[in-house]
Amino acid sequence: MRIATAMQGLHYVLHSPQGDTYADLLFTMIERRDQRPPVTYTTFQARDLGGDTAQLLQSAVRAAYERHQPQAMLVGASCTAELLQDDPGGLARALNLPVPVVALELPAYQRKENWGAAETFYRLVRTLAAPTGGDRSGTGNQVDPAAVRRPRCNLLGATALGFRHRDDVCEITRLLGRLGIDINVTAPLGATPADLARLGAADFNVVLYPEIARPAAEWLEKTFSQPWTRTIPIGIAATRAFISEVAGLAKVSADEVLEGAPSRLPWYSRSVDSNYLTGKRVFIFGDATHAIAAARIAADELGFSVVGLGSYSREHAREVREAAARHGLEALITDDYLAVEAAVTELQPELVLGTQMERHIAKRLRIPCAVISAPIHVQDFPARYAPQMGWEGANVIFDTWVQPLMMGLEEHLLTMFRGDHEFHDEAAPSHLGASPAAAVTPAPTPAAAATAAGVSWSDEAERELGKIPFFVRGKARRNTESYAAQRQLSLVTLETLYDAKAHFAR
Amino acid sequence: MSAERGQRAVFCGLTGIVWLHRKIQGAFFLVVGSRTCAHLIQSAAGVMIFAEPRFATAIIEERDLAGMSDANAELDRVVARLLEGRNDIRLLFLVGSCPSEVIKLDLSRAAQRLSARFAPSVRVLNYSGSGIETTFTQGEDACLASLVPTLPADDQPGLLVVGSLADVVEAQLQRLLVQMGIPSVQFLPPRHAERLPGIGARTRYLLAQPFLADTARALEERGARRIAAPMPYGAEGTTLWLEAAADAYGVDRRRLEEIIAPPRQRAQRAVAAQRSLLAGKRVFFFPDSQLEVPLARFLTRELSMVAVEIATPYLHRGHLDRELALLPPDSRIIEGPGVDAQLDRCRAEQPDLVVCGMGLANPLEAEGLATKWSIELMFAPIQGYEQAGDLAELFARPLVRRTRLAV
Repeated sequence: MRIATAMQGLHYVLHSPQGDTYADLLFTMIERRDQRPPVTYTTFQARDLGGDTAQLLQSAVRAAYERHQPQAMLVGASCTAELLQDDPGGLARALNLPVPVVALELPAYQRKENWGAAETFYRLVRTLAAPTGGDRSGTGNQVDPAAVRRPRCNLLGATALGFRHRDDVCEITRLLGRLGIDINVTAPLGATPADLARLGAADFNVVLYPEIARPAAEWLEKTFSQPWTRTIPIGIAATRAFISEVAGLAKVSADEVLEGAPSRLPWYSRSVDSNYLTGKRVFIFGDATHAIAAARIAADELGFSVVGLGSYSREHAREVREAAARHGLEALITDDYLAVEAAVTELQPELVLGTQMERHIAKRLRIPCAVISAPIHVQDFPARYAPQMGWEGANVIFDTWVQPLMMGLEEHLLTMFRGDHEFHDEAAPSHLGASPAAAVTPAPTPAAAATAAGVSWSDEAERELGKIPFFVRGKARRNTESYAAQRQLSLVTLETLYDAKAHFAR
Repeated sequence: MSAERGQRAVFCGLTGIVWLHRKIQGAFFLVVGSRTCAHLIQSAAGVMIFAEPRFATAIIEERDLAGMSDANAELDRVVARLLEGRNDIRLLFLVGSCPSEVIKLDLSRAAQRLSARFAPSVRVLNYSGSGIETTFTQGEDACLASLVPTLPADDQPGLLVVGSLADVVEAQLQRLLVQMGIPSVQFLPPRHAERLPGIGARTRYLLAQPFLADTARALEERGARRIAAPMPYGAEGTTLWLEAAADAYGVDRRRLEEIIAPPRQRAQRAVAAQRSLLAGKRVFFFPDSQLEVPLARFLTRELSMVAVEIATPYLHRGHLDRELALLPPDSRIIEGPGVDAQLDRCRAEQPDLVVCGMGLANPLEAEGLATKWSIELMFAPIQGYEQAGDLAELFARPLVRRTRLAV
């Protein structure tokens, strides 16, 4: 649906029960789309099951074709319809509609959403990209194409409901324009089936989101010998590498564009005010592309310490594991939000970079959070221009990630004047206004941990622990207890607390 | 009145869990479904999910489709693990979904099996919230209907108010009914899974929601008898609703008048404040919650609006007899319309206000039509005298907003 909704002139018939129509509102509400997704649901009911759901599908396909007059159609089955085994593709083809009908087989009980989107895009490209490749003057001729026209590429992977896809496309289109590269087709976002037919006319492909576009790009490479980009231009270093990679593929000079790199991130990060960012412990979770990029930016461009890195993208687990290894970590590959919550609770980071789900987790644990990846909510579709990619993307990332954190001196004041009615443990950063005190569960219970480790605390040590800022208190408690347990101390005294602090400070 | 086919654009019954899990303390809802079901519940419940969740999804995976014994064993494992970690659960609903219906997973047998295993500390019930069986609010109907056979027997006279209400509304209505001298006023669903209302041949019940066909049938089977009344929306609806109760219990009309006059006047004043804006405006209903007919009655009679079309996913003529009698005789009432044909009619009519689901609201706004998203009517407290003004205001707000905006 994210592919179909991103495109124009395409219509999707989904064999599904009526409840599945809720998917419409993900687009009309979360993304504030001003049109219904181009999807017709067959909405079969229990009474249809004994009868002919296949007939229902065929009449829905025919009616949708007549009403919407699309250039091409997609036909698929939802999780429930898959069980009926009606063969929507075959049934739709039997109608002999005068437009291409692409049948989707997306095994809902095995595979997940990004895989489905990638498969859908791949099937569309495979069916619609014209075998001649359109006008790719130059290939096979003696004339160098660059001599007659500017190099051109396709921009692949942006979808509906994507995290900042709309703005990323803008930013990268502008960047490529400055390099003297034209965009042949941007797809799926904004493309028609007729546009997909022209994909072969590009010199190479820019893959913005491999989760969506990699299978299509691989097929295009095989079919039209179009190379494709591997670098995802999120962050300063990656944007520079991307510019070089693209310039190489397009045979243009990158020097001028690299020279004028107009992002403020490098200077902001070097300014003394950012000293307090040093070593901030950050936990990162999202799709593979955004999580890997976030880890790199956090460590190399903001000076944070990455203490956890994970992804729900099983298809890209290898890349995430490699990235995690660079930070000395083991990647968390899971789609169970409870496992993520357990990891965050355990690590007690100072900042969480994640999806909508991690935002909830962080809120519950009272840890600052910024969103870096889908799945996302309505507030992640800002009215302002807010890309993640390119120079402006780096600016946006700096602002977004730093904003939830406590400012440097404020953090010290908090430690100095504990017990003040404004500067106390539970206070939110002052620039963020009052903290939503209601319905907050305190961080993991100390008592249970103490019993588990078989260690108890003296009153004095417990009071001293209370003076440590709350966001590192859990960590301090655990470290002290494991230190005590290792030394077979049953009671944590003031001495033990500071011994442990010295031990772990090495 | 007519019925229509075509693509429907409505929620499935699973959505009811979003409010039921808050309403019945000590109850837990375990959906037996696919990832799509889990996604629906998570996105529909949105922000609530991490606030001590009382619902979850047991996800049917590919291996469960291979053999039925595996699916049952897997379900037992999931339930055992759930109950192990949560000793606050007293009542567990296994909620069927489209896939569980299609693979014919027998949840009633599973519920019996699990009830036997975890009794007496936990009772396990089942109902279907699947989109092939139920539409949106029918999920609550199915849930309450599954609860009725487990209610304790009670042969004393009593009044049972049926249908989920916000706690504040429940308290207001209870105060009025008790003041009237009605014996033993109880509510279904109860606020806690362990405080179930009693029921018997001397129980009369009064519907506070219009979508409870199966629940009513189950109550009748237990001997309870329905008090026919319109829904308690607005000053008029609430008055008729209370009068029906008063008549059933022989409460003197003068006594009733003394009790209800002050709140009724408050309600009338509050509703009147919105009438100048709404009177004469044309309203068009897409099907959503089955609240459409009573709401149309409120808007036409108390705010002088004109109902162009009243579509509802399912029309229970018996329960809505009093409502239908109050609507203008030529009202266009449509049961289960196809969304495309209805959109065509809506565009042709160009109503002043469209009441519709969230999938349609922004696209219609973009076409220049003012909309009120209907799901809010299910979540906001709208019943009773003290809420009558708020209910009117919900319909006025989209129009007020348009007069304010200059962009």
